[in-house]
Amino acid sequence: MMMKKQNNWILSGARVIDPVNNIDEVRKVYIKDGIIVDEAAMQGVDAEELDLTGKVVAPGFIDVHVHLRQPGKVDAETVRTGTQAAAAGGFTTVVAMPNTSPVTDNAAQVQYIRELAERDGIVHVLPCGALSKGLAGEEMAPIGSLASVGVAALSDDGKCVQNHELMRHIVEYASNFDLPIMDHCENTALAAGGVMHEGYWSVLLGMKGQPSAAEELMISRNIMLARMTGCRIHMQHVSARESVALLRYARANGIPVTGEATPHHIALTDVEIKRFDTNYKMNPPLRSEDDRMAVIEGLQDGTLTIIATDHAPHTQTAKQVEFDYAPFGIIGLETAVPVTMTELVHKGYLTLPQLISKFTKGPAELLKRPIGSLSLGSAADVTVIDPDVEHTIDISTFYSKSRNTPFDGYQAKGRTAATFVDGVCVYSRLDEDR
Amino acid sequence: MRHSAAGAPNFLSRELADCSIVNAGDGAHSHPTQALLDLFTMREKKGRIEGLNVAIIGDILHSRVARSNIWGLLKLGANVTISGPATLVPKEFEKIGVRVCRNLKDAVKDADVINLLRIQHERQRTEYFPGTGEYAKFYGINPDSMKYISPETLIMHPGPINRGVELDSAIADGPQSVILEQVTNGLAVRMAVLFLVAGALK
Ligand SMILES: [Zn+2]
Repeated sequence: MMMKKQNNWILSGARVIDPVNNIDEVRKVYIKDGIIVDEAAMQGVDAEELDLTGKVVAPGFIDVHVHLRQPGKVDAETVRTGTQAAAAGGFTTVVAMPNTSPVTDNAAQVQYIRELAERDGIVHVLPCGALSKGLAGEEMAPIGSLASVGVAALSDDGKCVQNHELMRHIVEYASNFDLPIMDHCENTALAAGGVMHEGYWSVLLGMKGQPSAAEELMISRNIMLARMTGCRIHMQHVSARESVALLRYARANGIPVTGEATPHHIALTDVEIKRFDTNYKMNPPLRSEDDRMAVIEGLQDGTLTIIATDHAPHTQTAKQVEFDYAPFGIIGLETAVPVTMTELVHKGYLTLPQLISKFTKGPAELLKRPIGSLSLGSAADVTVIDPDVEHTIDISTFYSKSRNTPFDGYQAKGRTAATFVDGVCVYSRLDEDR
Repeated sequence: MRHSAAGAPNFLSRELADCSIVNAGDGAHSHPTQALLDLFTMREKKGRIEGLNVAIIGDILHSRVARSNIWGLLKLGANVTISGPATLVPKEFEKIGVRVCRNLKDAVKDADVINLLRIQHERQRTEYFPGTGEYAKFYGINPDSMKYISPETLIMHPGPINRGVELDSAIADGPQSVILEQVTNGLAVRMAVLFLVAGALK
């Protein structure tokens, strides 16, 4: 990893794609003192010019769904290793889920995460606060206090508030503070004990399944609450066909809801479980081919505006057990770009600008933050993509502390070539490519 | 190796490269030696497997015995029917060529073999059907049901039996029952499996 403190750059020769500003053309991008500027502002500035011919320059990617595991499970990931992985994956901003130990459900804990991010973060870390105290789904978290110390959003991810009335009050209360509500949509009674998708493969393998209805019910609930209250709700890791259809219906009817897809629900299905490899165990589970295609269709028609990784590190010790006993989740920061470039762009489902929008414009709109664009005057968070390079994903090269991914050995086309945060190059493989 | 988690023998066989592992039942996934002994017993009594009508009745959803029997029977050309409370009989089995029957009488009336599964957990007895009384009434095999079951039909059960629930004692101990032969054959079949994996023929 090359670390250059310099933050004056001229990025030349690349195809610049910035969905927020409707830019898709070969042009130069100028960075001065860590800020995107125009050519005139570079007069007399000592800047390094990079020839990025054949590459794509995009606004820094944003991942709204990351588990950094610190504090609590620093054997699996830390803010340092997680943000190194983010940089290597092309992400300049990550939203850190609150299901750490202790849970990020109070202002002091948010302050602590922010201090860790300040000290150890390679990319921007935005803390996400809890919806309910201790993620228990029983009492509202101190949402005003969380807002006042700068949480970017609220979620009980990993859990889902089952009490519809409490969820209604959370959504309404949070609206005064203009915080995005993100929900892990799961009816726990229907999903209880399920270790994979309920369907053909769970029946054949004799494993307890989680039916799609467990997700669809809570997506329906959230749509109804968003309509009733007028407040925005974001659906995390949408995985089932009917979930996408429900969101499509809601958005067509002006209900303020959004949804995200993960790279693994785009690339994989439940057939993989037949080998009992715990790197295919996540929640929501890998579903059927029909569901996978529905998620892709949702990305194509704009029903799903965001791709998020649900980066969920676990140690080898935790994952190297019987499928039933393994924790849910896989890492995703370092595989998201290669996997989505391969599965969506090179297979013709999305154009490159559409894909980049899912990593930039979509997340920035959800978070309502001035990130995810190359607008003049904005922080120079930039992701450089090598769109056509063919390579094999190799977990031994990962910066993440954990290795729980099903994509080791995956034949990919496209990857991140360099990442800039506030104009500082925090990751680059440009030298080796020359 | 017997284990409560599905796939545990597969997991261990990946970790222990130079070692044979005999799956003696893993979760609800599979129970291959039980299937082998059931198939052996059917062939011993009926002289063939191909073309036999085999009905498996009861909790298919949680049964490793059912899954292994289904694979073995389909492979050897039997016609497999499954039946029981709809909560415990997944219709996904139709996709691999199994007949799913909602009515016990239809499921067993042409059967050459009826394999009855044990109703297992307390939870299943309250969440998947109203209780053992109702189970026995609609899905149990008793002297009444024998009126529409052929006298040639074999009655099998992997044991232990919940007498009076899935199977009445009069039938379990009656002339059509081969349950004790299953136990005897189990010993021979499992000895043969150990003989083969120990490399005795090499
Ligand atoms: Zn989640």
